[in-house]
Amino acid sequence: MKAKIIVTPKKAVVDPQGKTVQSALAHLGYTGVRAVHVGKYIEIELEPGTDRAAAQRALDDACRKFLSNPIIEDYHLEIVD
Amino acid sequence: MPAIGGGGETMNVAVVQFPASNCDQDAVHAIRVLGHSAWLVWHRETSLGPADAVIIPGGFSYGDYLRCGAIARFSPVMQAVGAFAEQGGLVLGICNGFQVLTEAGLLPGALVRNRSLQFRCEHVFLRTVHNDSPFTWRADPARPLRIPIAHGEGCYYADEATLDALEARGQILWRYCDATGAVTESANPNGSLRNIAGVCNERGNVAGLMPHPERACEAILGSTDGRFILESMLSWRERQAAIASRPVAA
Repeated sequence: MKAKIIVTPKKAVVDPQGKTVQSALAHLGYTGVRAVHVGKYIEIELEPGTDRAAAQRALDDACRKFLSNPIIEDYHLEIVD
Repeated sequence: MPAIGGGGETMNVAVVQFPASNCDQDAVHAIRVLGHSAWLVWHRETSLGPADAVIIPGGFSYGDYLRCGAIARFSPVMQAVGAFAEQGGLVLGICNGFQVLTEAGLLPGALVRNRSLQFRCEHVFLRTVHNDSPFTWRADPARPLRIPIAHGEGCYYADEATLDALEARGQILWRYCDATGAVTESANPNGSLRNIAGVCNERGNVAGLMPHPERACEAILGSTDGRFILESMLSWRERQAAIASRPVAA
């Protein structure tokens, strides 16, 4: 079992990396791109037999306190087998 | 080392040292040059010692992994810094130290990647927004301070409501400006909202800024304007005592 966490900049925060990647995509001829947002992906491997609901609660807490900064970032947490 | 500043009460300054702090020695040096006492406190310590003020220095604490300051804020010494601030002690975060204090929730807002995506290492001008603060009282708001910056993630961000509240409460202490003191877009090195270079907490005893005052305290380094910030902090208590003992006007 593992947790997949995606952290992205909030829409209100200027994302110069996303803008630069968007511009590069356009230069490379990839059309139809409306916006690009660059974030980060965190994968956490859980010990076998971990209680799924408890892990969800604990990692949700970790996301809010540590893995993301709620002032500037949003996160999406998913636990998969 | 000869004392070349002050002449008044000697202040004791604890400078916190994280793995990969790299302006810690500079901060200790600057405080001593200004005639005061300073020592380093390792991140695993739970006590700051007999400190009158604390500096969280610049660098790349814990490699800046995850986010700048995100890991440092959970180190044991930050518990002591939080308690010190809670008691009203003066805490100054410089560059990475500013990032650590925002991550710790001791200062509002956050620092994100420079708008240009470039690491900027140069002298900039700062406008002192007001001098009613332990960190600015010796500065003249009409005279811009020339102080170096060196950062890749110094773009100050807070939502609009927070920015309005910071302005209303006088929590914005420094803004990037040009040599004449004009706060302009072209004088903003990193895209900080409203040109904010440094802020303080609501109580006024915790402040942070991206520029490096400790690198601008000796003529040989090209500027001594950093003294206006550090000497404000170092002589604040003495000033408070002087105000308290002043005879009440009839």
